[in-house]
Amino acid sequence: MERTEAELIAAVLRGDTASFEPLIQKYSPRVFATARRYARRENEVEDIAQEVWLKAFDKLRSFRGEAPFEHWLMRLTVRTCYDFLRIHQRNREMPFTDLSEPENDWLERFAAQPETTSEDADAAKLLIGRVLERLSPEARLVIILLEIEDRPVKEIAKLTGWSVPLVKVRAFRARAEMRKILAKMAREKYL
Amino acid sequence: MNIAELQKKLIAAARIPPEGSDRVPYTFEKRVLALIESRPAPDPWVGWVRGLWRAAASCAAVALLLGAWTFLNPAASTTDLSQNFETTLLASVDQSDQAQ
Repeated sequence: MERTEAELIAAVLRGDTASFEPLIQKYSPRVFATARRYARRENEVEDIAQEVWLKAFDKLRSFRGEAPFEHWLMRLTVRTCYDFLRIHQRNREMPFTDLSEPENDWLERFAAQPETTSEDADAAKLLIGRVLERLSPEARLVIILLEIEDRPVKEIAKLTGWSVPLVKVRAFRARAEMRKILAKMAREKYL
Repeated sequence: MNIAELQKKLIAAARIPPEGSDRVPYTFEKRVLALIESRPAPDPWVGWVRGLWRAAASCAAVALLLGAWTFLNPAASTTDLSQNFETTLLASVDQSDQAQ
């Protein structure tokens, strides 16, 4: 008979480490999907996921069972991803001169016909990846949670541990930072 | 170039999840479990030792600050510290003498 999450967690807390395995199997796809939004290299994604599970194991006693385990785990995942961004701040000052040919083509098509340019293009995904890499860790986290994952401000506050007004302030600043980066990209391309 | 429109387009591009974004490496859960089991068990004394060291450092800092304040404060140096200490220490003895 399959054991419930509560039973598995109780068993882990009693010292049965093997009971942690079904939890890792069940929730790892979500942890990996989240981590892939914050890190591009596969080894970094795996490091984040591993860190999340080690923290989850160490802090399992603090899980009270009032909210679903998945919510608690996602909070841990988002905070671990944010720590990763703060530690690995790179490429932020790099110029946009190294855009690939498809990226340049996409930008030219967009400049000519903004309405008809498809967003479902690999080049657009590469471009947004470059833009996100140039954002500060706070701005990147807010843009991902608010704009890309479309989460409400209250939920972001819970996930990040920030207050609701702070999330709003950081969202305002993040949008401005992103516009500045896009303007820089456009300037570098057309100068 | 319309920057606001470009921002919208790129955000829309990011919303489309890439194929296989929730892919988990083969035997990932086994590796995590092996890592958990290979870690040394936490020593309960470590917490105590860390706490005691922190307390000792705080006490030393407070003692240094009070020492410095005693030497540098001219108002404090006018009174005889040893005399005050002795009076305070023997206050109960003095009181019992006076009562008799």
